Amino acid sequence: MTTSPAPVTHVRPNYIRIWLYLFVMTVAEVLLAFELPVGRNMKLILLLILAIWKALLVALFFMHLKFERWRLRLIFIVPLPLAAILVTTVIMEKLR
Amino acid sequence: MTHATQTVDQMRPPSPAEPGAGVYSNKLGMWVFLASDVMFFTALIGSYIVLRFGLSSPWAQPGAVLNVPLTGLNTFLLICSSVSMVKAYAAIADGKKYFLRKVPGKRLQDGGLKFWLLVTIICGAGFVGVQLIEYIKLVGHGFTPTGYREGSLLAEHALADPLKYGKEAAGMYGSAFFTMTGFHGFHVTCGVISMLYLYFTKVLPEKYSAQDYRGIEVIGLYWHFVDLVWIILFTIVYLI
Repeated sequence: MTTSPAPVTHVRPNYIRIWLYLFVMTVAEVLLAFELPVGRNMKLILLLILAIWKALLVALFFMHLKFERWRLRLIFIVPLPLAAILVTTVIMEKLR
Repeated sequence: MTHATQTVDQMRPPSPAEPGAGVYSNKLGMWVFLASDVMFFTALIGSYIVLRFGLSSPWAQPGAVLNVPLTGLNTFLLICSSVSMVKAYAAIADGKKYFLRKVPGKRLQDGGLKFWLLVTIICGAGFVGVQLIEYIKLVGHGFTPTGYREGSLLAEHALADPLKYGKEAAGMYGSAFFTMTGFHGFHVTCGVISMLYLYFTKVLPEKYSAQDYRGIEVIGLYWHFVDLVWIILFTIVYLI
């Protein structure tokens, strides 16, 4: 059985601006990795933050997760803690 | 962060929703597949982290073996393809089935579904092409899935500077690098083939409309996910 919901009303994001953010952050990552005098641990943290930020921009605005219902968002969110558990367990096993 | 509005229009669902998650089954199916793919790539990335940081001998330093500027260009291509994909989605949601159309009072022509999807396909194919060139160059220099080939340029460099080129862990590094980027490249190739199929069977014959554009939305989700995975891989494999 199919039902016709009321139209989803939300403002369309400015995709070009998000593309610009992604481009600038990619350049920043490369500069951070090879040019800027930053300590190794700080570099690692900053690079991971930039990568996660970029991934979030893609997921939220290009994949429209920001505008989806929670039920659908859950499908994408649920594997993330499972993935974290998987990696943590394997690392702990290795360190034992 | 604020995101200014480009057009103040309403985004409609492309077809009637179904009970349960409240979306049509094709889209739900793609989301479930993507959730499983998250686990797949996490297993690869997790293995990479364990292999790299669990070894006593260090891996090659960033940029020592891999061509980062070339891959940076590839990352740019994939980001461009992602934005062109979402422009294709927005175009058909507005009922723009055409390739390019003149807009009165504007210098630039307005792109429709046919234009933006073609741009996405070209960028995606470009990514695969550049990755193939990268592989050919790496193997030519002696970097293979089993490590540095004996007598190769990289093997000589590794002998001269074992720390920079991670001589002891070269085999592990090679297998992890080619497995991760190879599986991602396979995903991109599948996406390009799927988009080509849609382009010739649905987009060119103008079978999509503002009322039904499920195929575009579903392939778009897959394509953005592939971009998202590359964003993580680029940082972990090439920059760290």
